[in-house]
Amino acid sequence: MTPPSTSGRSATAGTSGGALLDGPVNSAAMGADSLDEDARARRRLGFALGLLMLLSALAGLATGTKGFSPAALWTDLQGEQASLILGQIRAPRTLGAAFVGALLGLGGAIAQGLFRNPLADPYLLGAAAGAGLAVVLVLAGAAVTGTVISLATVAWLDRVGLVLAAFVGALTGVAMTLTLAQGAVHTLRLLLAGVVVAVLLGALSDLVTVASPDALRGKQAFMLGSTSFLGWQAVVLLAGGAAVLTALAMRCARALDALTLGEDSAASMGVALPRMRLLLVALLAAATALAVAHAGLVAFVGLVAPHLVRRHAPGAHAWLLGASAAMGAVLLMAADVVSRAVIPPQELAVGVVTAVLGGVYLFVLLRRRGLQ
Amino acid sequence: MSALLQAQGVKVALGGQAVLHGIDLDISAGWTAIVGPNGAGKSTLLRALAGLEPLAGGQVLVQGQSLSALPPLQRARRLAWLAQSGQTSGELNVRETVQLGRIAQRGLMGALDATDARAVAHAMLETGCTDWAQRRLHTLSGGERQRVLLARVLATEAPLLLLDEPTTHLDAPHQVALARLFVRLARGTTPDGTARAVVTVLHDLPVALHADRVLVLQSGRLVADGSPNSTALHRALERVFDHAVRVTPGPPRARVALAIEEDRDDHPQEA
Repeated sequence: MTPPSTSGRSATAGTSGGALLDGPVNSAAMGADSLDEDARARRRLGFALGLLMLLSALAGLATGTKGFSPAALWTDLQGEQASLILGQIRAPRTLGAAFVGALLGLGGAIAQGLFRNPLADPYLLGAAAGAGLAVVLVLAGAAVTGTVISLATVAWLDRVGLVLAAFVGALTGVAMTLTLAQGAVHTLRLLLAGVVVAVLLGALSDLVTVASPDALRGKQAFMLGSTSFLGWQAVVLLAGGAAVLTALAMRCARALDALTLGEDSAASMGVALPRMRLLLVALLAAATALAVAHAGLVAFVGLVAPHLVRRHAPGAHAWLLGASAAMGAVLLMAADVVSRAVIPPQELAVGVVTAVLGGVYLFVLLRRRGLQ
Repeated sequence: MSALLQAQGVKVALGGQAVLHGIDLDISAGWTAIVGPNGAGKSTLLRALAGLEPLAGGQVLVQGQSLSALPPLQRARRLAWLAQSGQTSGELNVRETVQLGRIAQRGLMGALDATDARAVAHAMLETGCTDWAQRRLHTLSGGERQRVLLARVLATEAPLLLLDEPTTHLDAPHQVALARLFVRLARGTTPDGTARAVVTVLHDLPVALHADRVLVLQSGRLVADGSPNSTALHRALERVFDHAVRVTPGPPRARVALAIEEDRDDHPQEA
């Protein structure tokens, strides 16, 4: 840009005409949309994410007891049990991982926008601790009464009960945080309340596991995160939830953009902050609860997915929210494949894989930033 | 001319400490500068006028209507506020940032049309940021960012512009350019024909003395209010700044100098 010349009188004439700064308007800048580097980066990443989704879905189908093996997939397809192995086990598991990842990616993008902090993750507001405690309580309860109730009840508890309990627990954790923070009026108070609730509920679930060691094993599995037990019913629920929550979050995208200029500026722009904050917290809580209920505490996906998107193709929240969801889906599908391919026919908990990969990613990022 | 903005007995307390002690004020079309020493309550007054500070007493009226009773979007259509420090996060580029000003007109969901594009382009032209439309905010210098944020405020097309130290981070040529812009804006109207009022909190007294009206604030009280050419205002300025400045009348404009007698031979410093 050009500073005003001392003889820039012409620029001061009129209220509607004339630039303040009377340098020639760069005509290239007017048509710069077509040359916009960021827009091209977004197009590239969108394409890459689509391709990666397809590839990781195929890899998910091709990974089984023999590890990752396209040849085995071909044999499986010819075999009599193709519909069982692929249709009832690998397909729902792979799709379920995609939707859990999408929910976590979306939740991470919402949390980082809402708290204006790139380190925010979906588990901040007590959802993880709430879900953890609920799972421990159900397991401890089942262990106590397990001797008298039938096997079928235990199985039911295992499948439906735990999911429901974790969902309710996650929402309860967030509700406690909101109550402690007296609503969503102050962001900092909200974050502090989240920490307090997490510590409190975490201590409670530790207490329960001390009293009931059986619950400890279940809790551990839950804390590690797992995509092993996702069936079609879960996939439908997760898909519906991911679609509705993403659509709702998109409607808040401009408010999240406004928040990047600070809360006061956003309020002065016409964003009804307390209501918007509450809505965003609700979306965050619902996305997290849905993901946690089905796959336990899968670490780092919510934190890393928005980071990767911003790093490779930054943009406004309308892009960031959707792309983070897609990135989360790709990450968890890939992690799911890795978790099954490393030590076949055994498998690792997918949360361990995401924790290791996410941890390494952040480590490298910090090292690189530090060197700069 | 009827007042666009009125403060009636406005009191604000921060952390239990009274910061504004009942300010009465009418703001009409034109450029009004608010000056005063550090801690006088200038920014707090501007925030109170923008409805961003809960009042401990009194009320603020915008075009005759109580500010606190206006829904957020209606408020944003009538007044726009520029923060003192341009702290930003995220990855918005310049155009996307300026487009946020159109939330006032379109809400959070509405699509932007050609009218919005024109308002955005015009605001960017006025503040000289057209050339960096695609650059991301965090790649700009403090002064450049400040101008983008000002463009965001202009894009609202609100008749009341409340700007907290808009010339901070700017070099002399751009301070001059902004002062000219304020004069031009204050003489003009919004697209719907409403006369515009520009209210700026300013540290730079030389810039402030080009406003149509200067308000002097000290310890949360309005101690002087008048034309930048009035002698009474000059004396009030010297008083509140502890005689560290000397104001001499024009023509055409009053001048301000820092009173650093002992350094006069080395570096005569213009304020």
